[in-house]
Amino acid sequence: MARYVVDVMPKPEILDPQGKAVLGALPRLGFDGVLDVRQGKRFEVEVDGDASEETLAEVRKMAETLLSNPVIEDYSVSEHQP
Amino acid sequence: MRVGVVTFPGSLDDEDARRAVRIGGHEAVALWHGDHDLQGVDAVILPGGFSYGDYLRCGAISRFAPVMTEVVAAAGRGMPVLGICNGFQILCESHLLPGALIRNDHRKFVCKDQKLRIENTRTPWTSAYDEGAEVTIVLKNGEGGYVADADTLDRLEGEGRVLARYLDGNPNGSMRDIAGITNERGNVVGLMPHPEHAVEALTGAGTDGLGFFQSFGAAIAG
Repeated sequence: MARYVVDVMPKPEILDPQGKAVLGALPRLGFDGVLDVRQGKRFEVEVDGDASEETLAEVRKMAETLLSNPVIEDYSVSEHQP
Repeated sequence: MRVGVVTFPGSLDDEDARRAVRIGGHEAVALWHGDHDLQGVDAVILPGGFSYGDYLRCGAISRFAPVMTEVVAAAGRGMPVLGICNGFQILCESHLLPGALIRNDHRKFVCKDQKLRIENTRTPWTSAYDEGAEVTIVLKNGEGGYVADADTLDRLEGEGRVLARYLDGNPNGSMRDIAGITNERGNVVGLMPHPEHAVEALTGAGTDGLGFFQSFGAAIAG
C-alpha cells in the first residue's frame, strides 16, 4: 500500500474568507503578530500497490480532476512520511 | 416545450423551478441525478439548494453525477441549460462555464431582494427581457462570489457574455459585480440569484424572474 498527501490551497490571488476569519480570531485569543492565514485542505490517499511514478501520476490526476479546482486552487502531491 | 429540472440529493428549489416552468407556459419534467436520461426534454434547469452535501467544493461531486454526462453532451449540441445558484456552481465545476464561485467575501449567508441589470438578452433564457432591464430577484447564497482571472473576465465582458450584474452594491464579493454569465454559444447560462422565486406576486418580491421561464420558448419559436 502506498500513501500520498495532497495539499490543496486557494491560489494566492483568490480571496480566502475562511482564512480571514481565522486571522481575525487569533488576536482576540491573544495571539499577536500574525500577519496572514490561508486555509486549505489536506487529503491522505491510500492506493493499492507500492509507491511508483505511475501511482504518483495517478494521484496527481485525482488532484486535478476532483480534489482541487484549478481555477481557484493549487495542489501539491507528496509521498506520505509516517 | 418540455423543460427538465434535475433533482440532486440536497436540491431545494427543484419544485419551485418546475412550478416556474409551468407558470411560464411550458411542461416541467422531473429529472433524477442518478439517471443517464434526459427524457427527451428540450431544455434543462439545474436548480438551487445544495448537492451531495457540497462536500469538497460546491458542485464538485454533482459534476460527476450520471445525469451530468447527458447534460454536458446536450449542452454541447446546443440545448439550453440554466444553472441557478448551486446549478451555476455545478456548471462552473463542469467547465461548461468559466470561473468559479467562492464563499461570500463577508462570510455571511445572504438572503435578500436583489436588484440586477440584464445585460445580455440574446440567450434562450433572457430573450424576453429588454437589454439593460433592471429587475429585482431573490438572492440567497453563502458561496456566490464569482471569481475568474483577469483575462477571462475581460473576455466575458468583451464578448458580451456577462448576463446580469448586481446593482446598488455588491452582495457577495463577485468580481466586476457579475451575477450571471453565459458560454460562448449562448445556450448555457449560470445565474446566482433565483428567478424561480420571483414569478408570482403572492409569494415573491414580484414577477421579474418570470422572463427566464418564458424566454426560451420565444427564442426557439422565433
